Amino acid sequence: MKYRLSKKEQKTGIRIIASLIAFVAVFTIDKCIDLASSVGGKLGWLLPFFLYLAIYATIGYDVIFRAVRNIAHGQIFDENFLMVVATVGAFALAIFRGATGQKIEGFDEACAVLLFYQIGEFFQRYATGKSRKSISSLMDIRPDVAHVLRDGETVDVYPDEVQVGETIIVNPGEKIPLDGICVLGDTSVDLKALTGESLPCAVAEGGNVISGSVNLTDRIQVLVQKEFHDSTVSKILELVENASDKKSKAENFITKFARYYTPTVVLCALLLAIIPGAITNNWSAWIYRALSFLVVSCPCALVISIPLSFFAGLGAASRDGILIKGSNYLEKLSKANIFVFDKTGTLTKGDFAVSGVFPAERREEALRLAAICEQGLSHPIAVSITKRYIEDYGDEIPDGYAIKNESGLGVIATLGDEIILTGNQKLMSAHGVQTQEYSGAGTAVYVAKNGEYVGQIVIEDELKQSSPALIAELNGMGCRTVMLTGDSELTAQKVAQSVGISEYRASLLPQDKVNAVEQMLAAKSKHDELCFVGDGINDAPVLMRSDIGIAMGGVGSDAAIEASDIVLMQDDLMGIPAAKRLAKRTMGIVTQNIAFSLAVKAAILVLSALGITNMWIAVFGDVGVAILAILNAMRVGMTKHKKDKSDPKTD
Amino acid sequence: MKKVFKLADLDCANCAAKMQNAIEKIDGVKSVTISFMTQRMTLEADDDSFESIVAKAQKAIKKIEPDCTIVR
Repeated sequence: MKYRLSKKEQKTGIRIIASLIAFVAVFTIDKCIDLASSVGGKLGWLLPFFLYLAIYATIGYDVIFRAVRNIAHGQIFDENFLMVVATVGAFALAIFRGATGQKIEGFDEACAVLLFYQIGEFFQRYATGKSRKSISSLMDIRPDVAHVLRDGETVDVYPDEVQVGETIIVNPGEKIPLDGICVLGDTSVDLKALTGESLPCAVAEGGNVISGSVNLTDRIQVLVQKEFHDSTVSKILELVENASDKKSKAENFITKFARYYTPTVVLCALLLAIIPGAITNNWSAWIYRALSFLVVSCPCALVISIPLSFFAGLGAASRDGILIKGSNYLEKLSKANIFVFDKTGTLTKGDFAVSGVFPAERREEALRLAAICEQGLSHPIAVSITKRYIEDYGDEIPDGYAIKNESGLGVIATLGDEIILTGNQKLMSAHGVQTQEYSGAGTAVYVAKNGEYVGQIVIEDELKQSSPALIAELNGMGCRTVMLTGDSELTAQKVAQSVGISEYRASLLPQDKVNAVEQMLAAKSKHDELCFVGDGINDAPVLMRSDIGIAMGGVGSDAAIEASDIVLMQDDLMGIPAAKRLAKRTMGIVTQNIAFSLAVKAAILVLSALGITNMWIAVFGDVGVAILAILNAMRVGMTKHKKDKSDPKTD
Repeated sequence: MKKVFKLADLDCANCAAKMQNAIEKIDGVKSVTISFMTQRMTLEADDDSFESIVAKAQKAIKKIEPDCTIVR
């Protein structure tokens, strides 16, 4: 990311360099030959005075101008004003010493303070501007233009001017501006901007395309389905842009702190000048110490670096396809220690698969007979059985049977005098078939032929591959993991065991899930944060109720984006520990910055009060800390995840 | 009514916090957040006097950072 200096910044830069050269020149000459005594006489101090004053005016005229203007606006505790007071004060002290015939010192200091202040401000602005731009560009998935077909011609318009039902053309390499259906052409699209994962995904004619994704290979025509403000890209942008509005406790603390910090320091400076000054009657020494106070009276380091750290955290997360709706959630996530999962669709794939056929020696027969009954049906259990048969035995499923669907019981297939029954226990007993009761986890489907029991097929929801690794990682972080499910006790226990989850609540109806979470919320201590992970489709109330709601696989699901606090754009569970690590890292850096800035400021204040340091150190401390804190904040965004290594596109 | 405005030439983070404080005190403002990072102000205020509140907010902003303007 190239960041160009603006005209104004270039001018300031030149001014700073010129003043710095002039200052070094005058300072060196003064130190070598002592300008005041080279002129000699009572008014010898006027020569260095005027030289330094010229430099002071060159470097600081804008600060002085702003100070005066802000005073007129009633802004007393303005950093410009305080800087001017500190430096003009130093000048005045030096004039006082010169006029009273003492050895003069302080002109150089006043100039240097303002000079370094300007240099510091310059770098601070530069670093903030650069980082803000580079983070914003990570989040920028806004399409600029849509080529819309109107009256047989292609017109370039802003995406928000396109109506539903119009057709747009998307060339290879362009962002798809609006959600719609591909009506002409086959291509592949890259969802990287939305999911963080670079994975080309084929789209054929009639397929859906999502705004914000990039068209990779071929020119396509898209029939627009949603207006821009309803499209996926708008929803995501809105979320990301509003994220920094929801401020974390740390940010609110800083804002509050800043409000009291400056007046307090200024008040201390006043007291420091007056009380010991009056007691010791050594006014110039104490006023000088008080002036150093004013130099560190701006809370800039904190005020910039803390929000910047959070901003960088949010930016880094969204680069990886993790959308966090506010800094407050990032803060909470770093502390989250209770993770509650919905089972179906979150820990498991949400589609069913055959997990066993009993007795094993009649497996082929049982599956074939069941497949005959179930082929062509859309019920997930039916689909899983026919799929298992075709995958394992490859044959065409015999057809020609008359299929009768007994609702709630199963299916009966007849061909000639052959009758096949596939269904539950009730169907079997209704036809007088003796079966062996199944007592394991999952759902059993019984198969019988001509009144004779053949076997049972057990169907289970398949675990996601990453589920056990996810739970292991969370448990390793010291988190409590809980699974909620509507399944029976037995099934729940088996799933919990195989993913390694420590607690589960079984046989829950959807409304029971809310109650279960409410109970856990009531039982947890004040420092615990409860995080609920669901697919966002039928668990919206739970997502909203918990401290942090995380929805999985958010692309294209408005409901999930609405209800949750954090959205994982890819359906990848490992995004959760990744987000938690990032949150911890961000909070670590935030804490470092707060502690470091406060410690340095406090040290400078104490040392200046004791007269150990001087204004030089104070100004270095002030702007130096700010720059270091900004650089530290930028480390948040530099986290490299494993995923990124395979990503050739670097900035 | 809630509206998001861009702020042009918002140069100082501390000023952003001060502006937020000042605007919060304007009559009719329900909530306001100024984000220095995104250079945006989210203002929620009474519907009927919204325009005049925005004008007042602009005034408050000018007082703190004279170069900074609300982009409308």
